[in-house]
Amino acid sequence: MEIVKPKLKKPPTSANDAASTLPLYCSAPSLEVRLEDFELYAIDRLRVLKGISDGLSRGKQPEEMEKLVDDLWKEHMGYPLRSEVTNKDIISHFVLRLVYCRTEELRKWFLSNEIVLFRYRFLILSHEAQRLLMAELDLPYKPVTTAEFEGVKEKLHLVARSIGPPKLTEFDTIFYKVPFEEVPELVAGRRVFIYKGYAYVAMKQVVSLVATQFRGLLSKALVLTNRKWTSTIREQEKDRLTPIVEALCTSYLGPDYSQPKEFAEVSIKDIDQVAKSSFPLCMRHLFEKLREDHHLKHGGRMQLGLFLKGVGLKLDDALAFWKAEFSQKVGAERFDKEYAYSIRHNYGREGKRTDYTPYSCQKIISSNPGVGDHHGCPYRHFSEENLKAALSKMGVNSGALENVMDKVRNRHYQLACTLTFESIHGSSNDAGINHPNQYFSDSHEIFKSKNNPSGQGEALGDR
Amino acid sequence: MAIEESENGREDVLIDGQKHGNVAVPDEFNVNYLKLYYAKLFPYADMFKWMSYGNDGKHPACDKYYIGRREFSFTLENDIYVRYQSFNNVVQFENSIKEKCPFKIDIGPVYSVDPAKKNAYAQSGDNVFTPVERELIFDIDISDYDDVRYCCSGADVCLECWPLMTIAIKVIDTALRDDFGFKHILWVYSGRRGVHCWVCDGKARRLTNEQRAAIADYFRVYKGNENSSKKVSLTGPVLHPFLVRSYSEVLEHFFETRLLLSQNIFSTEDRYEKILEMIPDTSATSDLRGKWQTKRGSKEDINVVRWEQLKNTLQSGKYKATGLRRCVEEIVFSFTYPRLDMEVSRHMNHLLKAPFCVHPKTGRVCVPIDPDHCDEFDPTAVPTLSQLFEELNMGGTRAYDDNEWDRTSLGESISFFRSSFLQPLLKSCKEEMESSYNAKLQQSKSSLSW
Repeated sequence: MEIVKPKLKKPPTSANDAASTLPLYCSAPSLEVRLEDFELYAIDRLRVLKGISDGLSRGKQPEEMEKLVDDLWKEHMGYPLRSEVTNKDIISHFVLRLVYCRTEELRKWFLSNEIVLFRYRFLILSHEAQRLLMAELDLPYKPVTTAEFEGVKEKLHLVARSIGPPKLTEFDTIFYKVPFEEVPELVAGRRVFIYKGYAYVAMKQVVSLVATQFRGLLSKALVLTNRKWTSTIREQEKDRLTPIVEALCTSYLGPDYSQPKEFAEVSIKDIDQVAKSSFPLCMRHLFEKLREDHHLKHGGRMQLGLFLKGVGLKLDDALAFWKAEFSQKVGAERFDKEYAYSIRHNYGREGKRTDYTPYSCQKIISSNPGVGDHHGCPYRHFSEENLKAALSKMGVNSGALENVMDKVRNRHYQLACTLTFESIHGSSNDAGINHPNQYFSDSHEIFKSKNNPSGQGEALGDR
Repeated sequence: MAIEESENGREDVLIDGQKHGNVAVPDEFNVNYLKLYYAKLFPYADMFKWMSYGNDGKHPACDKYYIGRREFSFTLENDIYVRYQSFNNVVQFENSIKEKCPFKIDIGPVYSVDPAKKNAYAQSGDNVFTPVERELIFDIDISDYDDVRYCCSGADVCLECWPLMTIAIKVIDTALRDDFGFKHILWVYSGRRGVHCWVCDGKARRLTNEQRAAIADYFRVYKGNENSSKKVSLTGPVLHPFLVRSYSEVLEHFFETRLLLSQNIFSTEDRYEKILEMIPDTSATSDLRGKWQTKRGSKEDINVVRWEQLKNTLQSGKYKATGLRRCVEEIVFSFTYPRLDMEVSRHMNHLLKAPFCVHPKTGRVCVPIDPDHCDEFDPTAVPTLSQLFEELNMGGTRAYDDNEWDRTSLGESISFFRSSFLQPLLKSCKEEMESSYNAKLQQSKSSLSW
């Protein structure tokens, strides 16, 4: 199916409806976009999609997801002018299509999260808007009138009970009538009441059907977009859009901790204490190994070194810290000769003076430590036994430990780390851990507020 | 004329109503009779009118090439099978059948092009040769119920087990009309041990394979084979309204008043053990087994007694195993619910035997069955070829009559076919054709107006 001709049907003219209209993204908009907006809009939509992806991995229930999607949308895609909302919606979708069409995995991720977004936005539309959307998708569904409903209510109830879980909290009262030929899967599974050739489809089932239609359209469109990208767009845009597009999908979206916050400064004398209380497992492990072996290989030095920079360790303190450890193994002279340079490099004092940003979880998880390495994400690389031991040492109780291990087995490493955080600190971390420095600063916040406000906290260093 | 030897060693030849010899005619199939059947009795005009679905008229919307795209296939003597036959008019149809004398005639779909010319199109590689219309069909064969009928097995059928077919007709026919909204439905006796169903509404003929499979799955309950002990599994706290209706209106009644007794379902240990296997609670089954091992004299039929005991035990609430609540229904469903041949219904290109054929093994004509009176249908009383010719001969020589069948028991079947099925169908086809034609005219008119 080609990216279809522009839809001629206009959404309803009332101002209220314009905002709630859900576009089908059938054709690329012929709008002018500023280059900055190109990237910014896409990033905002990406925040929404990533939020959805996180919410799902955390096993949020449908009601929670509904609220989450609503909040995310308002927060990142909101605009004072309604027409602007729709523009941003459409533009951001199409930009992300370019970004996420390029591999099978990217397409899958984008598709599944866009579908979820679509479902929840569809649910909150007015009935009128829903009907219009279904008409646009060529779905011949007619709402069942109240009078008709009364007549078939009992049968509908029977069907619902025959297929649903026994503890159905609400019985759908909104039904659509559609020729049975349109819903063969529902007919085959006896999941609908059929009468005189019409199937009575419950709202929940309708949403699935609409979403399936949307999925079909988007899936095909992504493949087409990929072809266009590889054949023409990428080359054509290599100086303008292509670098933006290629960077977007790997972008980490949180704060980058390259500028350490003043109040979170740490000095060497605090460091051991702070490591025990507020370091995430990956950094704690590196730190302990450093103390043990008086050495770390390159990967570990980078990961831990940049982290410490993000946490607030000043360059001089950093040099002293690493020297104190390394000289026990390789001697002070060799340290100065071979290792000090790269520490200064990390702080942007050497070479091209790039101020390197501490690694995000995404980056750390994707690294592959080899023999003798201690960097990477322990939730990913440690054996179950070792991980359990390490977590118990950190203070994770046995109940939480099982939950953590469950997340690990399902490869939700960041969720596992979040649960660890929650267990140790005794409080929830709704944002979820995306960055080791975030773990640290969140932890730090908690300890600060626990201790008396006059500031006799644990983790404050010299000023 | 070739002389066929009948099994009894007697020979008989019939030529135009004059009988030679006074011997009793055998019931079995006989090529001579078949030839005469095709000469005098087979309803060519009615069949062809049916297959034309109104396209043989004069209306501008009629497609005169429609009938030529319908596939017929013939099975000739010695099992020679000829596919992709097609006919442009009833004369060709009649002549071909009279000439070839097929032992069996099958009807296939209407294709996009004349099936006899399909090879010409195969080269273009564009899938030009494809089915475009086909009735929704069902095939129910009583040998699929062999695990739940004890009176007969395999190809045999008797009045004790025939009710299984009656049940199938009632359940499916009601669903096709009430649930799916179909109107033009023809049920036909398959000639030996089953029934066929032809749903001929336009909507039905245009169903895709996926939609046909969905309808077949809607009807499907039985999922077992020889190896599973329980072949019907009714999960869920309640049943779908279709199953509820089937159970309360048809299955329960037939099971308790007919099959329970005629099949002696509980009368021997082997048989009642089979039922006990379907009950997932061992204490309940031992309870029942205990009752049944000691045969007690009773005025009432032993099957009725034991069935009551079973129901009481399972529904008493005394035993609480999961899966017990639906057990009584599952047993009834196992013994009665229709078992369709799913493959027949699923694909548009599946062939099915034409009505009014003669079954080569029994000599019986495949006559229509009235679903409203299917309780009264008696497969053992269906006219056979020999019977028909006796009837013809008894009429004596007369002026050649178009309606020879009126002199025979076939007359009734053909009248029924015309009045209950063909006429309403053709009327509806005409209406459909006219209204869609008018609609198209309207559309083209309005699109021209500026």
